[in-house]
Formats: sequence, structure tokens, C-alpha cells
Amino acid sequence: MWKEQREFDCIVVGGGPAGSTFARTAAQGGLSVLLLEKDRDIGVPVRCGEAVSDAGLRIFFEPNPRWIASTITRIKLVAPNETVVEFDLSEKGYILDRRIFDYDLAEYATKAGAVVVTKAYVDGLLIEDDKVVGVKGTHIGERFEKRAKIVIGADGVESRVGRWAGLETTCKLKDMESGIQKTVTGIDVHEHMFEFYLSKRWAPGGYLWVFPKGKNKANIGLGITGSYAKDGKAAQQYLDEFLEWKYPQASVLTTVVGGIPVAKTVKEMVSDGIMLVGDAAHTVNPVTGGGIVSGMRSGLLAAETAVKALNNTGPSKKNLVPYEKAWHKVGGKNHERFYRIKETIYQFEDDDLNRIADGFSDIPENERNLFKLFSIAVRKKPSLLIDVARVFTGV
Amino acid sequence: MIEVAENKCDFCGCCVGVCPVNCIELKEADIRIDHELCIDCDICVFICPIKVLSQTDPKRTSSSEAA
Ligand SMILES: Cc1cc2nc3c(=O)[nH]c(=O)nc-3n(C[C@H](O)[C@H](O)[C@H](O)COP(=O)(O)OP(=O)(O)OC[C@H]3O[C@@H](n4cnc5c(N)ncnc54)[C@H](O)[C@@H]3O)c2cc1C
Ligand code: SF4
Ligand code: SF4
Repeated sequence: MWKEQREFDCIVVGGGPAGSTFARTAAQGGLSVLLLEKDRDIGVPVRCGEAVSDAGLRIFFEPNPRWIASTITRIKLVAPNETVVEFDLSEKGYILDRRIFDYDLAEYATKAGAVVVTKAYVDGLLIEDDKVVGVKGTHIGERFEKRAKIVIGADGVESRVGRWAGLETTCKLKDMESGIQKTVTGIDVHEHMFEFYLSKRWAPGGYLWVFPKGKNKANIGLGITGSYAKDGKAAQQYLDEFLEWKYPQASVLTTVVGGIPVAKTVKEMVSDGIMLVGDAAHTVNPVTGGGIVSGMRSGLLAAETAVKALNNTGPSKKNLVPYEKAWHKVGGKNHERFYRIKETIYQFEDDDLNRIADGFSDIPENERNLFKLFSIAVRKKPSLLIDVARVFTGV
Repeated sequence: MIEVAENKCDFCGCCVGVCPVNCIELKEADIRIDHELCIDCDICVFICPIKVLSQTDPKRTSSSEAA
């Protein structure tokens, strides 16, 4: 029983994709791992559009058909003046069923030897000599304290673990997307196509998505940046107005809300005895808002570092810093570029977006791709053209 | 003072992520604001996707200083 065990090598706070990936990798590396999740079920509620790329999943495993609600091969962009541009994606994507996906990730972690406990809410850290040495919290009404060599903050957008340890993880209002999504049915959608609606009237400082789950069902959601949320109109109102206009006949199966940190990765991802992964470390792609794969990636890299540190001289900040370095090497540089691109494109007025759509429509359909789209979008900012070239072509 | 509309919160954590003083406590189905720590910056009011939070002090306007 986890309650009897005095100390674990690692305690992971949060059972999302980042936490479960850390737990699995660390357990495979021979560490004893306890994962604590406050909710009663792993993977529920699903606060997510559930879109991932095939290549992203393949970093970790062969995509399992039971996770996949739709396979996506095409993309449609709708400009403010309702100009539509479509093209085939060079790389396929999926709409997942994250309830099953997240659940399987947690199960992989347990199969590797990690202990997963739900209904376990962490409300503070054990700190000795300025070093994190464990967590405290409540499990089904009962208080607990548990020691660990490393505590991993995988506690998502609402992360407090880092801040308890003195790491600065507060997200600025302008870098937080206020999000809402409804899974609706009774509509007609193209089952293999991502749809994006771009306009201040649909989602200021963000975008509205229609992600199909079959022919008659879709995740329809949007995010608006905090700067616009300040004007008083809630994300919910934008979505209700869109659905009323576009899909008045839709039946709503579920509504979820959530925050998406479209920020730079936190400055410090580690300190003595602590590491941050996933949304808690702001690993979400600032342009797309995608955080599943990047969160898992950070979990993997953090675990690799943790295994080395504990086989070496211990969980000192110095021994954990290689994780930060690995993150910046693998994803972090592009992350910063995406952040710079976001800072520009989220400010576009509807006229700018219409012009970009017109420019992009002039390209023959079989020659369209995301690189060309973003190149047109940032044309007036030559410095960003370099960023666009780097993130989309890897040069 | 920040007030939470009863039974309206979805427990998504968006407000917790932006609170500059980390004074919002969020459990599986419970949200609490530590009013001693709260600095009434109203950022949480702005960001909530379903506008569950409100500032009860009528003197405070939704100023931009907080952003
Ligand atoms: C509306 C919306 C749409 C999105 N769409 C997409 C998309 O289409 N594609 C994509 O890639 N990404 C999308 N994202 C982002 C994606 O959902 C996140 O980036 C991803 O879930 C992050 O994974 P994580 O493991 O870091 O955190 P999470 O999945 O948030 O997991 C964190 C876990 O920690 C638990 N926890 C928190 N605090 C505590 C505590 N104190 N004690 C114990 N447990 C705790 C939580 O209950 C939660 O289960 C979307 C986000 C939103 C809000
Ligand atoms: S008003 Fe500001 S300090 Fe108070 S709870 Fe909201 S975000 Fe936190
Ligand atoms: S942002 Fe709104 S819905 Fe989400 S936890 Fe805060 S008060 Fe609740």
C-alpha cells in the first residue's frame, strides 16, 4: 500500500498526459513512483479539443485505434468575410478520445511499476532547508504526508506546485486563453477535416475550432485571450452565438471550459527536489494551443533526467537542470519562435485576416501548406519570416 | 471582494493559473478564495470562460492596471 511506504523516489502531482508519461518513463528507469490525481477518474472531464498529429504520437508509440475518434487529412480556414480556403495536410492528424487515451497512459505507468492513486488532492509541499522533500494533502477525507526525492508538478493549467516551491509560474492575462468547448451532435461535418474560424467576432485573440468526431459529431470550441476577455464578453457567449448562427440544430452532449496557457515556457522548470512538466511548465504550443504531445515530451525528458540524477549524486537543482536544457534543445527553441509568431498574429484585425486569406487563395490548392500560409501572414515582419521558416521547414 | 456564483463553477482552473498571489484553492468540486491574500486585481473575473466570478466592491471598476 502506498500509504505504508514512507518515501518514494518520485511523487507526481497530476494524472494528465504529462504526469502519466513522466511516471511511466521514470518507473521504466527503475525509480519508485507515486502519482496522485485529485479527481476520481483519470481522463475525466476532458478539457480539450483532442487534436494531435500522427507524428507527435509516434514519438511515444504506435497510435492505438481505440484512442482515435477521427483521422484528419485536410484543413479548412474560414476568414472573417467567410472566404473559405482548404488544403490537404502534409501530415495526418487525429481527434482522440482522451478519456480512453489518458486512461491508457496512466495504465502504462502502472504496468511499468508506478502507483497511481485517484481522489488524492495535494495542497502543499514538505520543504526542509529550502529543498522540496515531499507533499501533503487529503485522500478521501484523510490527511497524508509523503516524502519523495523529487516532486513533479504535473498539475496542469491550475498548477500551484511550482509556486509553492518558489518557482514563478503565474500566467499573464494576455498569455492565457479563456476556453470553452461543446461536444455537439446532430450536425453535418466533414469527418476528416480540421476547421478553423478566424475573426475577432468569433474568437478575438484566438480561434474557433470544429474538430469532427465522425460525420455527425464534433468538438466545437474556442479560446479568446485574456486581454479581450477583459472587455466583458465571456468565451461562453462567443461560442453560443456561433452555434446559434452556424449549427442551430445541434444537440449539446457536453460542455467543458478551461484555460490554455499560450505563454513562454516558465523560466525555471526545476529547483532542488522539484520539476515541472506539461501545462504546469507552460509547454503548450503558443500558436496552436496544442499541449498534449508537448506535455508528454516534457514528461519524458524530465523523467530521463530524474533517473540520471537519482543514479548520480541526487536531486539537486544542478542535477535536474539538464531537463531544462533538453527541453530547450528538443522543443523549446521552436516554442519561443511560436510565441513570437503568436504575439503578432493574435493582434490581427479582421481586415488583415481577410487579406491573408485572399493571398493564400491565390496559391493553387495542391501547392498550399502551413508554411506558405504563415509566411503570408507575417509578410510585413521579415524577422518573423525567419521564425516561420525555422519552425515549419526546420532550416 | 471576489464572489463565486453558487453552483456555477466548472472547476477548470483557468483563474488559478492567472492569479498573481496564488490565493485560489481548487479541489475536484470546490473552489475557495483566500480573501486575506487576495489583492482584488480582478484578473480572475476577466479570464473565467463562464463568468462565474464577480467583484462585489462597487467602487472598483474593471481597470486595466491589473493586466
Ligand atoms: C478547451 C481546451 C482545448 C484544448 N484543445 C487541445 C487540442 O486540441 N490539442 C492539444 O494538444 N491540446 C489541447 N488543449 C491543451 C491540453 O488539454 C493540455 O495542454 C494538456 O491536457 C496538458 O496536459 P498536462 O498533463 O500538463 O495537464 P492536465 O491534462 O491538465 O492534467 C493535470 C492533472 O492534474 C490534476 N491536479 C491539478 N492539481 C492537483 C492537485 N493539487 N492535486 C492532485 N492533482 C491535481 C488535475 O486534476 C489534472 O488531472 C486544450 C485545452 C483546453 C482547455
Ligand atoms: S482578484 Fe486577483 S488576487 Fe484575488 S483571487 Fe482574483 S486573481 Fe487572485
Ligand atoms: S475560471 Fe471560472 S469556471 Fe474555471 S475554476 Fe475559475 S471560477 Fe471556476
